[in-house]
Amino acid sequence: MKMWRQIGSVTAMNLRSIPQRLSTSLVIVIGIAGVVAVLVSVLAMSTGMIKTMNNTGRDDRALVLRNGSAAESGSVLSRDAVRLISDGAGIRRDVDGKPIVSAEGIRLVNMFKKGDGAEINVVLRGVGNKFQVLRPEFRILEGRMFNAAVNEIVVGKSAHAQFKGLAIGDRITTRGANWTVVGIFSSGGDSHESELLADIDTLNSAERRGGGAQSVNVQLQSTAAFQAFKDSLTSNPALAVDVYRERDYYRQQSRTIGRVISVIAYVVGGIMAIGAIFGALNTMYSAVSARLQEIATLRALGFGSTAMVISVLSEALLLSCIGGAIGAVLAWLFFNGHVVSTGGTATGQLVFELTVSPQLVVTGIVWACVIGLIGGLFPAVRAARLPVATALRAI
Amino acid sequence: MKYFPLIWAGLWRKKARTIFTMLSIVVAFLLFGLLQGINQGFNQAVQNLNVDRLYTSAKTNMTDGLPYAYAARIKGVQGVRAVSHWTYFGGYYQESKNVIPAFSTDAEALFQVYRELTIKPEYLEAMKRTRTGALVGEKLAQQYHWKIGDRVPIGTSIWTDKQGSNTWQFDIVGTFEVPSAGMPSFYFNHDYFDEAAAFGNGVVHYYIVGIDSPTNATRISKEIDAMFENSTNETRTQTESAMMQMQLKQIGDINFIANSIVGAVLFTLLFLTANTMMQSVRERTSELAVLKTFGFSDGKVLGLVLTEAFLLCLFSAALGLVLAGLVFPALKPIFGDFKMPLVVVAMGAALAMLLALVSGLPPAWRARQLNIVDALAGR
Repeated sequence: MKMWRQIGSVTAMNLRSIPQRLSTSLVIVIGIAGVVAVLVSVLAMSTGMIKTMNNTGRDDRALVLRNGSAAESGSVLSRDAVRLISDGAGIRRDVDGKPIVSAEGIRLVNMFKKGDGAEINVVLRGVGNKFQVLRPEFRILEGRMFNAAVNEIVVGKSAHAQFKGLAIGDRITTRGANWTVVGIFSSGGDSHESELLADIDTLNSAERRGGGAQSVNVQLQSTAAFQAFKDSLTSNPALAVDVYRERDYYRQQSRTIGRVISVIAYVVGGIMAIGAIFGALNTMYSAVSARLQEIATLRALGFGSTAMVISVLSEALLLSCIGGAIGAVLAWLFFNGHVVSTGGTATGQLVFELTVSPQLVVTGIVWACVIGLIGGLFPAVRAARLPVATALRAI
Repeated sequence: MKYFPLIWAGLWRKKARTIFTMLSIVVAFLLFGLLQGINQGFNQAVQNLNVDRLYTSAKTNMTDGLPYAYAARIKGVQGVRAVSHWTYFGGYYQESKNVIPAFSTDAEALFQVYRELTIKPEYLEAMKRTRTGALVGEKLAQQYHWKIGDRVPIGTSIWTDKQGSNTWQFDIVGTFEVPSAGMPSFYFNHDYFDEAAAFGNGVVHYYIVGIDSPTNATRISKEIDAMFENSTNETRTQTESAMMQMQLKQIGDINFIANSIVGAVLFTLLFLTANTMMQSVRERTSELAVLKTFGFSDGKVLGLVLTEAFLLCLFSAALGLVLAGLVFPALKPIFGDFKMPLVVVAMGAALAMLLALVSGLPPAWRARQLNIVDALAGR
């Protein structure tokens, strides 16, 4: 009990004296705020990207590609293959008894970013006529849906926000055709919102291509029907395809770039943290040396060394937590919801929002506390080991 | 110089504090060196690209491809030295993660366009004789222990052959030296590819146009694009650096990210160093007053304190940049073969001086304004 009372009173005394040492104390706060702000901002990038990709695709839908092609862009499926896939087992049928499938093909279109005018590749996706049944999350926000057989497209709301020349009524050019933008859509915050959509047959005929596609997307009867669907295709000798659950496919597409961003965040954050630890050590050593006589007097009065250690450590922790919180708040203020895009995924540009999630804030504050603990530990030990007599003699 | 011991003693008055401050400056400049080094390295790599080469691709998008027949017409443009072409193969060896930068091409013309690539003439001859031949960069061949005469299966994520297979067999007939890491290093004959591919026949992704003089680059690219205007396959012709810049921009604004992080780091650091200098001058108030009593002028005292700040910042910054320079070779597998650009060292030196000035000037000014009587009395 006595020890706890000692700790309490010494710590309180300590904290009350912080205003007198304001500028040195600020070194910890600002140093750590800087580390946490950078760490959280960079991680917000991978969090936002992963969130978008996780929103894309569902477990009860499947995606079929030619075997060996890692992504839609490298896949080719003939008209016959599309027909065989549509006859696969386990596909849900609509009221007319037709299978709910959408054969899709993608083209890359050169567009310009609104921000810096950089030229980038945007996906123009040709979709089948069952597309809206297949993707109930698809909604027209403005304008209307495209008409098949006319050169019309609808654009995702992220693409609309990020790239130039995608307002309703604008025209874009692809090989062999001009397209008019007639609507803007949302699809539940998934990666398709970075894309442009048109009718696949219109797209193919504009380019005088055959009736093939690059992927076939199907609605399964249930999540469990996936295996039956997959088996029915892979056992068909006329087909050479890979079958993915839609969700798994999109997750895998963003895995590499997500990992790269996290590595950058932790390497840069780690190096900065080392710098901040030296700053914290400086602050806490000077805090201890400013109170040399005070500490010695307390020790002479019978206060234990544990109380000294804890009082210094809690000061360091308090300051670093404040710093961590400021850093996280700064990252949130400046970057949460900030829209960026990258071509680091397998196909086209992916537009996503930087997301400062609660977990990220916690990560940031944990880092802050670790920096504070390391920075406070050595000065705390010094305070505890101080020879009382020498310190008092200095008065 | 005679004041050096005095400055030195001031600097090491509190060893722990000076060392910690130094270390945090070292860390900050290590980070600065790494980030700006990579950033500037990319920029320089783009600027150093060859200026007597142009790349022609489909205007709508590179992936749309251009007819094979364009080669002859482009060759007819005045000032064009040689024309070769690339078609992306999306190659991999054994597993899809072992990416092979494989392209179909017209090998003979290719080595005329890329004059910096060197190859033994007998390899080029062999390539001409062998339909299924492939020329491989020396490093790539070493990596997979390929020798001349080996038949290697290369998978592709794009093309199937007429038998429906997406693993193609190539016979290695020669090797060549690839000067920079970003260059394709696996070439095979377009004739063979075009005949064997199940679809996409008669199409190439890029025409690579060697021109006689860089000053003609603008005129020639305009002429090429004008030639195919209003056809079904309109073209766009770019210089090598414009094309690389575009590809880098696809990833994102690297420049902005690097600058923001460096900005945050330097701001944090500035506060830290300024605080240390302030503290150290405050502690030495009476010592500085004694110096003034001895007859040190106000300016000299200011100079002493400021020099101390410069010494601390410049030395630590240099140490941080040297460390970053040492780390660079370790990044080679990721970013290719580039060293710490000199411009980054210069930027670092300028920043260190700025840091010293901003953090050292207020305390130095304070020292200069010190009134002897008040300072000694502890007022």
